[in-house]
Amino acid sequence: MGLHLWRGERHVLNGLSLRLGAGEALQLLWPNGAGKTSLLRGVAGLLPIESGTVRWKGADTSTDYAAYCSDLAYLGHDLALKGDLTAAENLRYSVGLRRQIDAAAISGALQAVGLTAPHDELVRRLSAGQQRRVALARLALWDAQLWLLDEPAANLDAAGQAQVAEAIAAHLSRGGSALISTHQGLPLPAAFNRLSHSPQEFA
Amino acid sequence: MSRPASSLRAASLILQRDLTLAFRRPGEWLQPVAFFLIVTMLFPLALDPELSRLRALAPGALWVAALLSSVLALEFLFREDGRDGTLEQFALSGQSFAWLLLAKTASHWLLTGLPLAIAAPLAAVGLGAPASAIPGILVALLLGSVSLSLLGAIGAGLTLGIRRGGALLSLLVLPLAIPTLVFGARATAMAIQGEPAAAPLYLLAALTVFGITLAPLAAAAAVRISLE
Repeated sequence: MGLHLWRGERHVLNGLSLRLGAGEALQLLWPNGAGKTSLLRGVAGLLPIESGTVRWKGADTSTDYAAYCSDLAYLGHDLALKGDLTAAENLRYSVGLRRQIDAAAISGALQAVGLTAPHDELVRRLSAGQQRRVALARLALWDAQLWLLDEPAANLDAAGQAQVAEAIAAHLSRGGSALISTHQGLPLPAAFNRLSHSPQEFA
Repeated sequence: MSRPASSLRAASLILQRDLTLAFRRPGEWLQPVAFFLIVTMLFPLALDPELSRLRALAPGALWVAALLSSVLALEFLFREDGRDGTLEQFALSGQSFAWLLLAKTASHWLLTGLPLAIAAPLAAVGLGAPASAIPGILVALLLGSVSLSLLGAIGAGLTLGIRRGGALLSLLVLPLAIPTLVFGARATAMAIQGEPAAAPLYLLAALTVFGITLAPLAAAAAVRISLE
């Protein structure tokens, strides 16, 4: 498809073309400034693409963008968590925009990511790693098919990184796909895992 | 397997969320209304405190103070949600972005516009308005504050990505607010003089309806540009 994306005067993505199948993960291990975040945001529709198309299930995503969005989960640098709400409240208000959700599902998801903080603790009092776990719980609750993850394991300890990898592996085994920007590379099941070290591989 | 959320449900969640946050952090939304009361209190102190002259100045003083206070409040409309990535998630939620921003603007109005409208009769009486003028002033400020919030949403969306956007925000919003100011001040003056203020109030209501229909679309386009 040949994606081109500009940031100001810089041609960040130059004729990039890639394909992601069901149950497949592509990890971008590109160097800093190579355009990992731009690619993820462009695929999500948050950045305008100069030329080329993003297709999802064979259809151009711009024709029915709302339907594409409901299949899409984007986890960026900013976690979109409110410091003055508790973890459960954060999930209720953010997941609730997309789908109906009950309190049991929320507390289940928080337990699944190993968030051990008291349930009435405000998110701003949680550590950076714990906040990441809340965002990870939200990702699971969103129930989307395509995950776009920007540095999902940042700020996480070894156990947390293993948990991220586990969550992604579970997502892949359900037939989901994931496009991941990462520095260290996450240990995912080898059969469905592709690694890319530079954008030139897709030119 | 999961049922999607209706747009009404989404809007009510945004309202609940913003009210919960405001309840935990009351300083933020009390500032603009306190600013409004203090500015209107300065007028009788700085000007000739003779009642008839104060009364003549009251509509202008009220509306300029209301305008400045609502611009001050706009700082809180999108800034935080823009900074922490919440607006990005709104844009990707599959719901209509304009609708979600309308819900956000509605909660912002409940927290800043409504207190302003409630405080306005108090400030007006302080400026020598008779008690009979209170209903007219209340209605004028209720309508006016809604349209100021909506206009402000466009400006707040445009200045979202700018680090110190406050001054630029007021430069953008204040000229757009001139019609609201003109009709609002006119309605207030007529209410104070004891004349029926229906005509300017209708015009004010028309401006508000115009704002409700178009401002969310413009704000959504503006916020999308700022998110890039």
